[in-house]
Amino acid sequence: MDVRTKTKGIINVNDDHIITIPDGLFGFENFKKYALFDSEYEPLTWMQSIDEQDLAFLVIDPFLICDDYELDIDDSRLASIGVKTPADVYVIAIVTVPSDGGPVTANLQGPLIINKKNRKCMQSILSDSRWTTKYDILAALAKREAIC
Amino acid sequence: MLILARKTDEKILIGEDIKITIIEIHGDQVKIGIEAPKNVKVFRQEVFNAIQKENQAAAAGTETLDTLSRLLKR
Repeated sequence: MDVRTKTKGIINVNDDHIITIPDGLFGFENFKKYALFDSEYEPLTWMQSIDEQDLAFLVIDPFLICDDYELDIDDSRLASIGVKTPADVYVIAIVTVPSDGGPVTANLQGPLIINKKNRKCMQSILSDSRWTTKYDILAALAKREAIC
Repeated sequence: MLILARKTDEKILIGEDIKITIIEIHGDQVKIGIEAPKNVKVFRQEVFNAIQKENQAAAAGTETLDTLSRLLKR
């Protein structure tokens, strides 16, 4: 379908990259449908609201930036988006790029859980205190490059 | 809004399956036990607020890409 995007004009996004968040994101409860497409900066992906052209987020696969990331989410909550097995799940974290030049961070405490089979999604809040809303992405990637 | 007083070890029942127990009162701090079905979301208010605030901060502004290109330039 054609999607009006904040940064790239109108682009065509395959239906299998359209996700539905029945409860919306916290603070954006009214926006339920988003399109996922590659950003100008790999491995960041755009998550563009279908209903509101001006609303877009950058997201990233948290496992790419944090080796020991793990999340424990109650099965009954996962069932609300139809998840039956861990293999159904794809996890993304929302990225914040502060306009004041502060560190680019990923929200590892409030990840998005996507059911790959029906493309329904929910935002979870983790109680594990290891994960914060401001995980420094560039510092993590620099550290990884230093090791490799 | 219901406002009521409870003593240590006293409980509050919300609906049929949510039970709140006052475990300990120490100065201005109260230790609370919450028994609720697993599908009920229980959060500290400030954690919930932090997630909401981060989502709002993450909504990309017009300058997001400029900022990124500056940061990622080697």
